[in-house]
Amino acid sequence: MVSPSLGQVELGRLELAREVTATVTDPELPMLTLVDLGVLREVALDETGTVVVDLAPTYSGCPAMATMRDDLLRVLGEVGLEGRVRVVLDPPWTSDDITPAGRAALVAAGISPPGPAPRHDGPVPLSLGPVRRRVTCPRCGSADTALTSEFGSTACKALYRCRACLEPFDHVKEI
Amino acid sequence: MSTEDSVYDGLLVDDAHWAFGGSFEDPLSGVDATVPDGVDPSVLGTYALMLGDDALVMSQRLAEWCSRAPDLEEDIALANVALDLLGQARLMLARAAAADPGLVPTLPEASPVPPEDRLAFFRDDLAFRNVRMVELPRGDFAETMARLLLFSTWRLALLGRLRGSRDAVLAAVAAKGVKEVTYHRDLAARWCVTLAGGTEESRRRLVAGLEALWPWWGELLESHPVEVAAAAAGVGVDPSTLREECEDVLDRVLAACDLARPDIPSREGVCGGKGRHGRHTEALSRMLAEMQVVARAHPEGTW
Repeated sequence: MVSPSLGQVELGRLELAREVTATVTDPELPMLTLVDLGVLREVALDETGTVVVDLAPTYSGCPAMATMRDDLLRVLGEVGLEGRVRVVLDPPWTSDDITPAGRAALVAAGISPPGPAPRHDGPVPLSLGPVRRRVTCPRCGSADTALTSEFGSTACKALYRCRACLEPFDHVKEI
Repeated sequence: MSTEDSVYDGLLVDDAHWAFGGSFEDPLSGVDATVPDGVDPSVLGTYALMLGDDALVMSQRLAEWCSRAPDLEEDIALANVALDLLGQARLMLARAAAADPGLVPTLPEASPVPPEDRLAFFRDDLAFRNVRMVELPRGDFAETMARLLLFSTWRLALLGRLRGSRDAVLAAVAAKGVKEVTYHRDLAARWCVTLAGGTEESRRRLVAGLEALWPWWGELLESHPVEVAAAAAGVGVDPSTLREECEDVLDRVLAACDLARPDIPSREGVCGGKGRHGRHTEALSRMLAEMQVVARAHPEGTW
């Protein structure tokens, strides 16, 4: 999309667009930028000079998508740039896309980051036993933690508690 | 209090910092929705509609549990599952509309309602193509978990294969859906095992739920001509090919429950048709009446 012969003006616009879109945070995990979360796939210019932002949904029914889109268009508008947001479904977002900086920001906010996501090309194995993950308490660092609920405050999180410091905490699920 | 004194006035004076999410926008915005070469757009559209309707109706039944589940964690779990399915439904209905615009109900010209919402809210029961099992009244918690087990076992097998669809949109929706339905199935399977091994009452309810649903289960594995055509064109999955995989999973869950597959015959269709033909139980029209009433009262509304 970006032609190699991009002029100085366009390069400047693109750089500015990347700079401001990189500041937009997730509406439900505000300690993460969309870049940290791994949903901001690409920022480019189309042939008319409009900024095109590629955004991947975390979950099919993620209610935050529209808010993310509006936030992106707002920050672009604030620096005088026209933009549009494209939905990218392929490849699907995985929790592995959360950056190391994003994982550190989660821990700093008291949220346990996801472990490696499972990958299945063929039939998905059935899991009848309790969910087993090695989850470390983001507050005290203890590995003595227990699952409270596989479903939490948002689609992407499970609820845990720490048996050492007794605090409850969120864990971002591996998908 | 006069309108000048409204406490809400100040909120919108400088509204640049508010993100008004949820406004209408194509959920496939920017996704290449070209119909693959050699594929009949009406087959692709109707096939996507079938899979979208399954998810939409199942989602609505699960959402009925909101604030009624046995405890808070399960309430949130069922709402989460319903939300995932609603997201899948939205993408699939949007895909159906893009492939075959003739499927979409006509509304007044000024209406801002997007195609996928027109499909969800402005079709009558006869135009819905979901399998009938998902539309039945939700029953008790055990019956809901039995239904979620049957539905997600089947849908996971289906989406797993649909990842290889020649239609890039369906393939991408399936790849995402597999991740979600995996934990829907695990949730349901664990609850079935828990209820089967719990008290006499919990076991009785699970068995009753499975027996109530079993006559409707066979329909999920029957092929409609549109599904056969979609499979032949490389964009869809013939559900009759899913039997072995589904029965293997169900048998393992039932074995852990110390139960056998119910020996109950499948329900016949009406006038030779079943859910995929648009022939439904009366439960669907009652459910749609509740689901659609607000949208239909305001066909030019913006939410």
